[in-house]
This record gives sequence, C-alpha cells and structure tokens, in this order.
Amino acid sequence: MKPLEPISFGARLALGLLFFVVFVAAWSLATFGGFVSKTFLADPLTMIDEGRILIVRYGFLGDIAITIWRVVGGFVLAAAVAVPLGVLMGAYKPVEALLEPFISFARYLPASAFIPLLILWAGTGELQKLLVIFIGSFFQLVLIIAVTVGGTRRDLVEAALTLGAKDSRILTRVLLPAAGPQIAETLRLVLGWAWTYVIVAELIGSSAGIGHMIIDSQALLATGQIIFGIIVIGIIGLVSDFLFKALNRRLFAWSTL
Amino acid sequence: MSKLSVENVSRQFPAPRGGAPVPALLPVDLTVADNDFLVLLGPSGCGKSTLLRLIAGLDRPTTGRILLDGRPVSAPGPDRGMVFQSYTLFPWLTVADNIAFGLREKGLDEASVKPIISDWLERIGLAGFGNHYPKQLSGGMQQRTAIARALATDPAILLLDEPFGALDNQTRGLMQEMLLSIWEKQKKTVIFVTHDIEEAVFLASRVIVMTARPGRIKAEIAIDLAHPRHYTVKTSSEFSALKARLTEEIRSEALLAAHV
Repeated sequence: MKPLEPISFGARLALGLLFFVVFVAAWSLATFGGFVSKTFLADPLTMIDEGRILIVRYGFLGDIAITIWRVVGGFVLAAAVAVPLGVLMGAYKPVEALLEPFISFARYLPASAFIPLLILWAGTGELQKLLVIFIGSFFQLVLIIAVTVGGTRRDLVEAALTLGAKDSRILTRVLLPAAGPQIAETLRLVLGWAWTYVIVAELIGSSAGIGHMIIDSQALLATGQIIFGIIVIGIIGLVSDFLFKALNRRLFAWSTL
Repeated sequence: MSKLSVENVSRQFPAPRGGAPVPALLPVDLTVADNDFLVLLGPSGCGKSTLLRLIAGLDRPTTGRILLDGRPVSAPGPDRGMVFQSYTLFPWLTVADNIAFGLREKGLDEASVKPIISDWLERIGLAGFGNHYPKQLSGGMQQRTAIARALATDPAILLLDEPFGALDNQTRGLMQEMLLSIWEKQKKTVIFVTHDIEEAVFLASRVIVMTARPGRIKAEIAIDLAHPRHYTVKTSSEFSALKARLTEEIRSEALLAAHV
C-alpha cells in the first residue's frame, strides 16, 4: 500500500462488502459457537426471523414510516429556519455578533436533556418528537452554515463588486452560489445526527416508532428484535445518505468537476 | 483632460497590537491620459497592488483623492474593470455566464447580452468554450475569460493586478500579445501592475517604477516602441536598452526590499 494511492471501483466495492461479511461472521461465531448467551445476544438467523415476525405480525413497517416522518419533519423544520439564519449570520457581521455567542452556547445543550421539558410543554405527541429533532439539528446547522458562508473567498466578492454588483446583490449572486455545495453537505451530515435524536425521543414516552419498538423488545429480552431495529436504522441512514449525495452531485455539478 | 488623476494618495494600515501604523504607500501623484497603457512596476511589497486597489475602490486611501473623469472614486464600480492575480472566475457559472455577469448586473436584457458574449468568446479565442466551467479551463484560458468579463461592460479603465503572474512563460507571452492586440484595437485606458520588467516594456506606453516598502514613485519612463507591437520586438536593441534601464532602476529597490 502506498499513501494516498487511489484504488479501483471494484476493489473499493469488494473491500467495503468484505467488512460487512467479517462483521456478520464474527457475530455468527460468537452466537452459534455458544460463546455468548442467547439471552444477551441473538444470532443472525433469529434476528432475521424476529424481524420477519415484527413486520408481518406487528406492523413494524408502520413504525418505520412514523420514525422516518419524524426525522424528515423535524429536520425540514430545522433546515427551513437554520439555512436562512446561517446565511444571514455568515454574510452580515452584526447579525453574527448578535446571535453567534448564544447559538454557540445553545449548541452544547444536549437535545436529549430537553425531552422531559418538552414532554411537559408539548405532551408526548408528534410535536414533542419534532421539537427534539429540531433542537438537535438547528443550532448545529446554523453555526456550520454561518462559518461556510462567512468563509466565501473575498476575491470572488471583490470581483463581483468591480463588475458592478450592488451590495444587496452580493448575497444572491456570490455568497449563496459559492456556499451552496457546502451547505448541502452540511445538511447531509446533520440529517445523520437527526437519526440519533429521533430514537432517543422515541425511547421515552412514545407509542410508535422504531425507538418505541426497541424499548418494548428490551422488556421482553428480545435482543433479536432490538438488533433488527438498529440494523433497519442503519440501512435507512445509508440509503438516505446515498440519495442525498446523488442529489447534491446533480445540483452542484460544477463543484465536483 | 486626464482620464484618471491620483492626487496625494497614501495608504497606512493600522498597526498590529498598538504599534505604529504601517505605511504601505507614501503620498503619490499620478495622472493617466485616455488610451494610456500604464504599467506600475516594482518589487513585491512596494505598494503597487495597494495603489491599484485604491483606484478600483476596493480600499480607501488614508490621504488624498482619486478622480475618474472628474468624479471622485469612493467604491468599486463597473466603470473600472479589474482582473486579479488569483483566478476569480465564478466557479458555479459557465464561461459565457461569467462574461455576462457584469452585463446582467447592469440590467441588460438577454437579447443584447448574447451577441456580446459570443463576440468576446471569439476575441479571446474561446469560441466553443462558452458552456465550459472554469475548472475545466487552463490557467491561461481562465485569465483570458477574466479579461473578457472585465471588458464586456465596456469600462472606462481596465485595471490588471499581475494577471499573468501564475502562468508559465510561454502562455504568459501569448497572453501579453492578446492583451496588447485588444488594447491596440479598442484603445482602452489600462493600468497594469507587474514585477516583470520584460512584460512592462512589452506592454506599456509608460512605466512607473515604484520603490520598495513603503511605496512611492521613483521614476517614470516612456516606452515609445511602435504599435502594433509584434513579439519579435523583444529581441530588438531598443527593447534591450529599455529593459537594461529599468533593470537598473528596479535592482536597487529589490536589494532594499530583500533586506527588509
């Protein structure tokens, strides 16, 4: 292996799959080999079977749909406010000076610690779930987007000014298009974090969703179901990440030339 | 009447951490006539780029004032086209859209923008590259596009800040010829900043030599080589004599600058 030497697409795919195989093999060895008690860790076949039962008998697909809806809903709300606010903070220093210190502070407030408060304020309904996602992703989004927009190359702004762009047009003609690909990448990254918040939100005071199923299964010591739920989240995350990446590549073809 | 007049213009930068302010440019007086091709020549850190940025309106002078066609310069504007040393094409716009940037900011309708774009693509030898993105172009092609972008709005004056500094020698020679031929045809007023003596002599009708930091004007030398200038002029004895003279002027400054 040489440092930074690229590898072929085939090799990349094979190596990527290989580790999944190694992972499942180690898991099989531990469970089928009797090294770990069935009570603590179900084997892969039991996991698949329990997953099948979950879907067929207990309507687990509905739980998945609800969880996806919560993640997307909370995330879209957060993005709808965070993107414009982050762009304004990045572009206009007084706005940044006003909001940056508070948001930097709020960013460190753990979203999961708000759950008891949010239940008090918003009950255990959908609004509370959406608010957890919102708090978890909003502050992160605002800060990263503000830094991205603020870091726009000054010489591009100066070039636009010498070409007659008015100050008010610099935002739409230079700052936004220049920061576009990075903003999209930030959204993709933070969407991944939103998935961790939704499960935490569903573990407490919830009657549906993947997290709720996981808590129910814990009471029944159904480790197969728990693992199935976790793997489903992983797969959804992988697929949404892939779709997001493909979308970004289409929207910002110029940046990947 | 002179096109551009720089009157007693100086620039100090505020001191880092409460020390004395740093003078970048000592008071300078300069007049540029219509159709002049003025080259500001000097070692790095002599304030030549600072002076150009002041004329562009990207920076404000500490003292003095700058008048363009009798009106004071207070901010950047499309009457002073600028080409930067770094590649500043907008990477999200195609070559055609980059050239059209200033025209669209002016509010021109698409019907009048189209012919100007194709005209400029032709002139800079990039016909057929209109739909390419800057990243798909070589450095020379990018700077040619940047020149077209700056000239498309027909500015009163064109400012160039070491535009060919990052290019290899051969490309740089070709770019100089292209710029010169545009200037000979369009008779623009040009201010060109460089530290390259040969480039200065080849392009200029007048060379202003600037001193090492803090900058001021040391000498002014008229370059009366005939137009149109062909690249072969670079091997003429006249050219060598001018080069030798400028080399002497610059050398002492470069020595000073190297000791800083």
